Amino acid sequence: MTVRRRIPLWLRGVPWLALLVLAVVGICAIGGDDILPADPNQLNLADAFRPPFWAANGSVDNPLGTDNLGRDILSRILAGSRISVIVAAYAIVFSGGIGALAGLVAGYFGGVVDAVLMRLIEIQQSIPSIALALIIAAALEPGLSTVIFVIVLTYWAWYARIIRGEVMTLKGRDYIAFARVAGVGTPTILMRHLLPNIFNTLIVLATLQVGQVILFEASLSFLGLGIQQPDISWGLMLADARQYITNAWWAITMPGIAIMLTCLSANVFGDWLRDRLDPRLRQL
Amino acid sequence: MSRFLLHRLLQGLVSIVGASIVIFLISRLSGDPVQILLPSDATPEMIAETRRTLGLDLPLWHQYVIFAWDALRGDFGRSYRWQMPALRLILDRLPATILLAVCGLIFSVAVAVPVGVLSAVRPGGWTDRVGRIFAMLGQAMPAFWVGLLLILLFAVQLNWLPAFGYGGVSHIIMPAIALGWYPVAAQTRIVRSAMRDVLDSDYIRLSRALGTPERWIVWKYALRNAAVPLLTMLGVYFAAMLGGAFVVETIFAWPGVGRTVVEAVFSRDFPVVQAGVLFTSILFVLSNLLVDLTYGIVDPRIRDDR
Repeated sequence: MTVRRRIPLWLRGVPWLALLVLAVVGICAIGGDDILPADPNQLNLADAFRPPFWAANGSVDNPLGTDNLGRDILSRILAGSRISVIVAAYAIVFSGGIGALAGLVAGYFGGVVDAVLMRLIEIQQSIPSIALALIIAAALEPGLSTVIFVIVLTYWAWYARIIRGEVMTLKGRDYIAFARVAGVGTPTILMRHLLPNIFNTLIVLATLQVGQVILFEASLSFLGLGIQQPDISWGLMLADARQYITNAWWAITMPGIAIMLTCLSANVFGDWLRDRLDPRLRQL
Repeated sequence: MSRFLLHRLLQGLVSIVGASIVIFLISRLSGDPVQILLPSDATPEMIAETRRTLGLDLPLWHQYVIFAWDALRGDFGRSYRWQMPALRLILDRLPATILLAVCGLIFSVAVAVPVGVLSAVRPGGWTDRVGRIFAMLGQAMPAFWVGLLLILLFAVQLNWLPAFGYGGVSHIIMPAIALGWYPVAAQTRIVRSAMRDVLDSDYIRLSRALGTPERWIVWKYALRNAAVPLLTMLGVYFAAMLGGAFVVETIFAWPGVGRTVVEAVFSRDFPVVQAGVLFTSILFVLSNLLVDLTYGIVDPRIRDDR
């Protein structure tokens, strides 16, 4: 109890473990190849299929073992965090930006604009996101930008719907009416008076989206429709390892654990942030 | 009620038409199909001639109308690879996908209902705690990885189940678990909160006062009412299974629509991709419509209000 009392109120219940995992992922993403224990693309066929260090044939040089071409799995997992972070960052900025703008405009103006937006959202939601990804991948070249395009196309509607609802309740408040009577222009009302009030919601939605984006990217890359060789992605590592599932159990489990830990941490952190900033969103 | 349904039906129709426009437009992003069909040394006259026969010289909206009209009559063109009408190929593969989705749904409900009920009866008890941990893990594991782990454990290590293919009951166990894994967490949460509400109500308190055995109260009286939110959501989950089937079918070499479309993407078999995606979208919209229908059937109180 004595220890508890010394922690400031705003720091209580902070999910430190989740933050630690996210920090490691973030540092590996920014750090580049220099901070990795080994070159992630270095082939070493003599050392192929080396198990993790605790197994009979393992060595400390490759703590999590090597894949079919003798590449160090730990280094590849750490290097793979870069793609996850890049995809998550772009996807969130664009889908959040487009969704928030659409939600703001539709919620504030209502009428025809709102009706059109709602129809667009319904159309978007009538195509399963993986199916949408498949048809886009068939039409365009698969790769990083296609993955981001698909995710933005899938998630903008999610932001738009929730922000629209928030704006519709906010615009009935007195302070908005006062601003209008005082002659404040519509763009100023949207940007200065409404946007700051939906900002918490936006932050919470963005954090909760991180885990889903990482899972989505991994699934697309696993199917061969996402990130392509020689870029390193966790989903792609699993697709490679799948052929050698009888020889190397570690090649199947380790990248998956990386995906799971990252998503878990992002979700735990997102849940904490939501309870802190915007408990009304708990149904999500 | 009927006006509400009519409204929802219209809405569904608009969604499907919209989806077909999106699918048509995205397919046209791939560039000029003539370049794939003709040899590279084709003369300009040949190119113009092919464009005219394929209708590519028409304005875009006109091309869409032709596409939609053909689609309405069930004509999506012939599969380049399988040499048969694309729609027939998709319809041939549909039963396998529906079977898989239904089994996945059965698995998730079979886990979610008991866990949800037990954690509502004893909040903070061990079922509640273990259930929460599994829910957190479940939401962080991609379906394809769950599938790979199942193969690793039950096919490679223990040799209990076949790793892939289509056949008897043993073939469907792992794909169904992989597909049903993700929604378990959300379904458990729905059952748990519904049970908590119902267990708090007067008629349950009265049954308790009358000395009805607790087992009856929980599993018969309470569960019947608490199941309504989950039952009405089954359509949504079924729709989600159709989306998840694309990945799961690919891992387990399950001969359904999902795997066929994924393969068609790699062989640039456009008619099959279009037919498959549009067909999945229609099923998706229909199963969501079903949700609104089941509201009235499962809970008669709602029927007259609408």
